[in-house]
Amino acid sequence: MADFLQTLMTALAIGSLYALIALGYTMVYGVLKFINFAHSDIVVLGAWLSYSFAIRALPLVGLDAHNPATPPPIWMTAGIFVAVLLLCSLAGFLIERLAYRPLRRAPRLNVLITAIGVSLLLQNVGQLDFVFGASPQKMPALLPNWELPIQFGQGESIRYVVLPLIDCIIFAVSGLLMLALELLIFRTKFGTALRAVSFNTDFAALMGIPVDRAISLTFMLGSALAGAAGFLYVLKFPSMNQPAHSVWVLLGLKAFVAAVVGGIGNIRGAVLGGFIIAFVEQFGAYYISSNYRDVYVFSLLILILLIKPTGLLGSPVREKV
Amino acid sequence: MPTCFATSDSESCIPLTRDKTPTRLTKRTISLRQFLRLSKVVGIFLVAATSLMSLGCQSRVASTDEIVIGHFGSITGSEATFGISTDRGIQLAIEEVNAAGGVNGKKVRLITYDDKGDPREAGSAVTRLVTRDQVTAVLGEVASGLSLAAAPICQENGVPMISPSSTNPKVTQVGDMIYRVCFIDPFQGSVCAKFARENDKIKATKAAILCDQTAPYSVGLQEEFEKAFTAGGGTIVSKQAYQAGDQDFSAQLTSIRASEPEVIFIPGYYTDVGNIALQARKLGLKVPMLGGDGWDSAKLGQIAGDALNGCYYSNHYSHEDPSPRVQNFIKLYQGKYQETPDGLAALGYDAARILFTAMKTAPSLSGKDIAAELAKTTGFEGVTGVISMDANRNPVKPAVILEMKDGTPRYVATIAPGE
Repeated sequence: MADFLQTLMTALAIGSLYALIALGYTMVYGVLKFINFAHSDIVVLGAWLSYSFAIRALPLVGLDAHNPATPPPIWMTAGIFVAVLLLCSLAGFLIERLAYRPLRRAPRLNVLITAIGVSLLLQNVGQLDFVFGASPQKMPALLPNWELPIQFGQGESIRYVVLPLIDCIIFAVSGLLMLALELLIFRTKFGTALRAVSFNTDFAALMGIPVDRAISLTFMLGSALAGAAGFLYVLKFPSMNQPAHSVWVLLGLKAFVAAVVGGIGNIRGAVLGGFIIAFVEQFGAYYISSNYRDVYVFSLLILILLIKPTGLLGSPVREKV
Repeated sequence: MPTCFATSDSESCIPLTRDKTPTRLTKRTISLRQFLRLSKVVGIFLVAATSLMSLGCQSRVASTDEIVIGHFGSITGSEATFGISTDRGIQLAIEEVNAAGGVNGKKVRLITYDDKGDPREAGSAVTRLVTRDQVTAVLGEVASGLSLAAAPICQENGVPMISPSSTNPKVTQVGDMIYRVCFIDPFQGSVCAKFARENDKIKATKAAILCDQTAPYSVGLQEEFEKAFTAGGGTIVSKQAYQAGDQDFSAQLTSIRASEPEVIFIPGYYTDVGNIALQARKLGLKVPMLGGDGWDSAKLGQIAGDALNGCYYSNHYSHEDPSPRVQNFIKLYQGKYQETPDGLAALGYDAARILFTAMKTAPSLSGKDIAAELAKTTGFEGVTGVISMDANRNPVKPAVILEMKDGTPRYVATIAPGE
């Protein structure tokens, strides 16, 4: 029971992160019908920007940059978070403006290959010495290291479920961001415009919707969410890999699988998919074998593609002639 | 059955119709012709640049009054201290031999390439050393997976390669050009198993294993530990795996916690081990952890802090060894780098010195002659022990067990082969 709860809580926290990243994939796909492979690199950017800001901001309040004795004041943590969101959305805007917009009329394959190119470029630029460097770093703690141990059983068979504060924060912050996105897309004028562009770009343009602006905003929103995921990810896992490490690619890939499983192009589907992927991964690793962690995730993808090719919440696409 | 990608493909046909309707979507594009013209210009520029660069390199032919040796190692990346320490050890040995007049009157020059801890990079680094720089011999790598990637290249080109610290037996099985100066994993695994069963503080009969399934080193060492531990009457209660660079170990550790082991064997590299230790203690796993020489880095203590207190690993040498050959080396190393050498620095130093000794006695500096001399190495007094090559080009030498105390490794015991 205790182990089940522990696994459940990890799955919820990791599922929130997958969902945040998956949203970016799904939004871009919904509007432009291509897969933005550079999206996982925005997560890396968010993670490493958090680190760069943290080590520069901590000395300002008299704390050791790499090993602060106490966490910094909460306004500083929040400030770093907001700065990361802003810079990541700026990066998303620039990537779209410089790499994808010139190819707007090109076949989808060209854009897809460009996306891979942008991804490689970002990874390798990130490894340069004057950017983030090619060595792993340890993220200083920005939040108090509180944990809530819940006791199970008595005497000999006593077990603890440890609920760390960071897991709760990840869950809460991701939940809030997803709620905000939901409201933005289904309750505002901008959201209506975005959905119109996603439905049919040409007709949206004919209706006077500024298509380019809508697409830019999509990228900025998706990248901000990815930046948030990067920030939360390094708070939970403070030992950071270098920007071009394959672990980051795998993280992005799993979030992409989450988007496909949930139904790519569907916002609620991405959130659902994120949690499903995390549950399959965590419970599979706990109950079956940790040797096949990734196998569970990708087997699920194959299964979903066979049974419901459009994903769980995806609407069937009519073949157009 | 149509798949998701098939439908998205048919979706991608839409642009054909879109092209006919001028919309605001198409503000700035370049035509195919423009693109081709652009790529031609870029192409010509690239060709010119590369030919200039290769011209520049041609002038760097090795002169005859020096011997060039190559080192490939992870100077950056998750295992960066491995490459950096080894390189420093090698540099020290080169300085020493050059100060004493070089090898048969020729100065030794080192070329080091960073492989970033990536097997593909290791392959291209060694290819570059062997074909472009034409080195006489190659030193490297620490991680067995990377040595395995490079060894066939050295073997094919007839360049002797000495791995300072790859312990997987398969490395030297590649061929008669490949040597090493460290012990191998069947021995290391049995040392760890013996220690886990017999040490007073552990006395374990139930062990769990957490292994890096992407590293040949880790998988090999795990198998040897399991063999030795079960042969001694112990049981392996849980076998879990992770992948190098993983951040989240909670599923594996929760599962290990449920199996109630008395010791956890983690044959991984230090960055991952540090993260595992932190998360294990958070989950309330208090049993001692045990590992191999992959733990040997000053970074381990920095990452894990006191989470590793009371944990042990096997290594090639201890800086607390009072013997003069160890203490002299430490004094030299500290004089140059202002830090205490780890086992990898000592092995890099030994590897380079064994190579120079072989070069001095070899009739010529051809790969074959050096390799033949290396095979004859017996009773070489290295910092990490007395090295004699066996028929499989592996030295037979003792291992030490170190205990982590507040982030620094302290000497516990020496275990010799056959004990």
